[in-house]
Amino acid sequence: MDAVVQPVSMVDTDLAQAPVLVLGLGNILLQDEGVGVAVIERLQRRYRVPDEVELLDGGTSGMSLLEDISNREHLIVVDAVRTGKPAGTEVVLTGEEVPAFLCNKVSPHQLALSDVLANLALMNKSPRQVTVVGMEPLSLETHLGLSEMVTDRLQALTETVIEHIKAAGYEVEQLNPEAWNKNTSLMTEA
Amino acid sequence: MAKRIVVDPMTRIEGHLRVDCEVDNGKVVKAWSSGQMWRGIELILEGRDPRDAWIITQRICGVCTTVHAVASVRAVENALKLEVPLNAQYIRNMIITAHGIHDHIVHFYQLSALDWVDIVSALQADPAKAAQIAQSLSDWPLNNVTVFKDVQEKLKSFVNTGQLGVFASGYWGHPAMKLPPEVNLMAVAHYFQALDYQRTANKIVSVLGSKTPHIQNLAVGGVANPINLDSQSTLTMERLAYIKSVIDELGDFVRKVYMVDVAAIGAMYADWTQYGAGVTNYLSVPDLPLDTMGTQFALPGGYIQNADLSTFKPITGYQDAFFEGGVKESVKHAWYQGGKGALHPYDGETIPQYTDFQDDGKYSWVKAPTFNDKRAQVGPLANVLAMAAAGHEPTTRNLTTVLEMAGTVAGAEIPVAALHSTIGRHAARAVRTAVLHEALEQQWVLLMENIGKGDYDTFNQPVFPEGEVRGVGFHEAPRGVLSHWIVIRDGKIANYQAVVPSTWNAGPRDESDEAGPYEASLMDNPVAEPDKPLEVLRTIHSFDPCLACAIHMVDTEQKEITRVQGVGAQCGVKF
Repeated sequence: MDAVVQPVSMVDTDLAQAPVLVLGLGNILLQDEGVGVAVIERLQRRYRVPDEVELLDGGTSGMSLLEDISNREHLIVVDAVRTGKPAGTEVVLTGEEVPAFLCNKVSPHQLALSDVLANLALMNKSPRQVTVVGMEPLSLETHLGLSEMVTDRLQALTETVIEHIKAAGYEVEQLNPEAWNKNTSLMTEA
Repeated sequence: MAKRIVVDPMTRIEGHLRVDCEVDNGKVVKAWSSGQMWRGIELILEGRDPRDAWIITQRICGVCTTVHAVASVRAVENALKLEVPLNAQYIRNMIITAHGIHDHIVHFYQLSALDWVDIVSALQADPAKAAQIAQSLSDWPLNNVTVFKDVQEKLKSFVNTGQLGVFASGYWGHPAMKLPPEVNLMAVAHYFQALDYQRTANKIVSVLGSKTPHIQNLAVGGVANPINLDSQSTLTMERLAYIKSVIDELGDFVRKVYMVDVAAIGAMYADWTQYGAGVTNYLSVPDLPLDTMGTQFALPGGYIQNADLSTFKPITGYQDAFFEGGVKESVKHAWYQGGKGALHPYDGETIPQYTDFQDDGKYSWVKAPTFNDKRAQVGPLANVLAMAAAGHEPTTRNLTTVLEMAGTVAGAEIPVAALHSTIGRHAARAVRTAVLHEALEQQWVLLMENIGKGDYDTFNQPVFPEGEVRGVGFHEAPRGVLSHWIVIRDGKIANYQAVVPSTWNAGPRDESDEAGPYEASLMDNPVAEPDKPLEVLRTIHSFDPCLACAIHMVDTEQKEITRVQGVGAQCGVKF
C-alpha cells in the first residue's frame, strides 16, 4: 500500500440510493474476520456492477450505516459467520432465517446490524429483502490479510454473492486482468 | 448475605464488557469491571510507513473510526513537529465536531434512553397532555398532538406485530422506571426524530471525509480535500453552503430537543444525582487546534483532582509534557505479564498471561491507566468540568442553561456538584453537544474566512529523519481522551500503542489496588431486583461504554446461551 495523498471527490449524499446494497462487514485487522470486506474489494477491483447495485465496505460500523441500509429493495450482507460448521464453509441465509437469526444472536458488535435493522423497522424503512452470505473463519488472529484457506475460497464466495446480485435481476461483468481497478486496497489485492 | 450478580454482556457482546457486583441489602457493595480490549495494533503496524497508520487504525473500532484516524495522523505529526495548514485543521475540526454530535445524539437516544424511558408505558399516554407538557418545556415545532398521536400509533402497530422483541431490553414496567406515560411518549417521539438528526450530523462527515464509515480525506500533514471554489470534484462553494445548511438544521434539535430532554428527564430522576460519582479525578485534553502547531485550541482540556474545579491544571498543547509524561498503565490486575510496575505507553508491553477470573488477582484484558499515578475518569463530564474550570464561555453558558432547566422541572436549584453522578454524565454530554455545535459553526466561519484570504493550502509534505523520533497524538473523542503513541525509526514504525477512552473508565484495579471509574461508580447503587439489574446498566451506560473495538462476527452458536439468559441481547444475567 502506498502512502499517497489522493484528491478526494465530493460525494453527493443526497443522491437517490441504488436499490441493491452489497454490504461487506468485519474487522480486517483480525484475519478472516475481514472476509466480507475482502469480497467487496474483489468485486470493486475485478468486476463492474451496474449503478443499481452499490458496493460498500462497512467495516465494523453500526448506526452510521443506518442511512446506507435504509429503504433498499435488497440488502446483501457479506460477513464472517460462525455456525459450528467447518472453517471455510459458505453459509447463506435468506427470507425467514435472517430476522430470527439477527434477533437471537449475540450481536458481535455493540451497535451492529441487528440494532440498525431494529431501528429501521421502527422507522418503517426496512430493506424489503435481506440475504446474508457468509463464510466460517479459520483464524481470527491479529493480522491484516486472510488465512490461506479463506483466501483460496474467496473467489467462490465472491461468485456466490454475484449469483445473488444476478438473482435480483442485475448483470455483473467480469473484467479482464488488464482492466482491473488499480485503486489501493487494504485486504487481499495489494 | 451478599449476592453476586454478573452482567454479561454489558454492551451486547458477551465477554467484551462484563460487570460483576456484590449486592447486599439492595445496594452494590463491591464491583469488578472486566473486558476484552483491542491489543496488538503494534503487531500489524510495526515496520510500516507511518503515513499509512491512520488508514489501519481507523479499523480498530467501527463506532470510532474517525477518532482513531485523527489521533493517528496527529501522533505522526507530533513526532515530526510537522505543521498542519490552517484549512486542514478547520476541515478536521469540522469532521471531529460533526462526528461528536452524531455520536452523542445516538448515545442518549438510541443507546441509553431506554434505561430511563419505558416504551410500553408510552402506549397509555394521552397525546394531548403529552403535547402540553412538551410545549411547556420547548417551542420545538414537532412537539404537537398530531406528531405524538402518530408516534403512538406507529408504536402500537410495532408492538402489536410482536416486533418490540428487537429491542430486547426486557425492562418495561421495572419498578425503577418513574416517568409518567406522557413523558415517555414525548421521549419516544424524540427517539424517532433523533434517528433523523444523527444522520444529518453524519452527512457533514460524509461530505468532508468523502465517505463514511471510513473517511478517506486525511493525510499526515493535512487533508486531501483540494479547495477550488469552482471545480466540481473539490470543496466548492456549493458544498460549503450545503454544510452550513446542515449545521443550522442540527442546532435546533440539539437546543430544543436533546438539551431539554436531558434536563427534564434528569430532573425527574433527581435521585440519580446521588449515585454513580466514582472516581472524581477528571482528565480531558484540549481539542480543535486553531493554529498550525497545536498551541491554541477552541476547546480547553486538562486535569481536575477530587471533584475540585479550583485544582484545574490545563494541558496547553501537543508539546505539553504534563500530558505526555503523566500517563502510565498497570497490568497488576490484567491478564498480562507484569512485575515492572505501571509502564509509560512508549515502554508498554502486552504479553498475555491468562488466569481465571480472580477477584483479588487478575480479572480483565483491559489495562488500568493512571494519570500522575492516580485513577482518572474521562469522557464528556471530564471535558465539560475542565472547560467550565477554564472559564470557557460557551460551556458555562450552556451548562447554566441545562442546570436551570432541570432546576425548573425539579422545583429546586441544581448545583454544579450534581454533575458528579450517573445522571450528571448525561447532562454533561448534552452540554458538550451544544458546545460542539457552536464550535462547528465557528470552524465553518474560520474556514470560509481563511479561504477568502486566498489561502488554499491543505497539505504539508512530511519528511522522515534518519534515527528515532517519537510522538503522541491526542484527541478529545466522544468517549473521552484518546491517545496514540508512536515510535518511528528510520521512517518506519517501531512501536505503536493506542490508549483508548474506555480503558481509562473500564480498567480493573490498578497497581495500588484502587478501583477503576466503572467499579467505583457502582458502589452504593441501588438494585431493586437483582435478576433485573437495570440500575447497574444505568450507571455503566452513562459512561457510553465501548469496548467493542475488535470483533464483529455473526455467531449463531451463541444463540441458545443468550436465550437461556432470558433477558435478551442487551443484557444477559447469570448468577
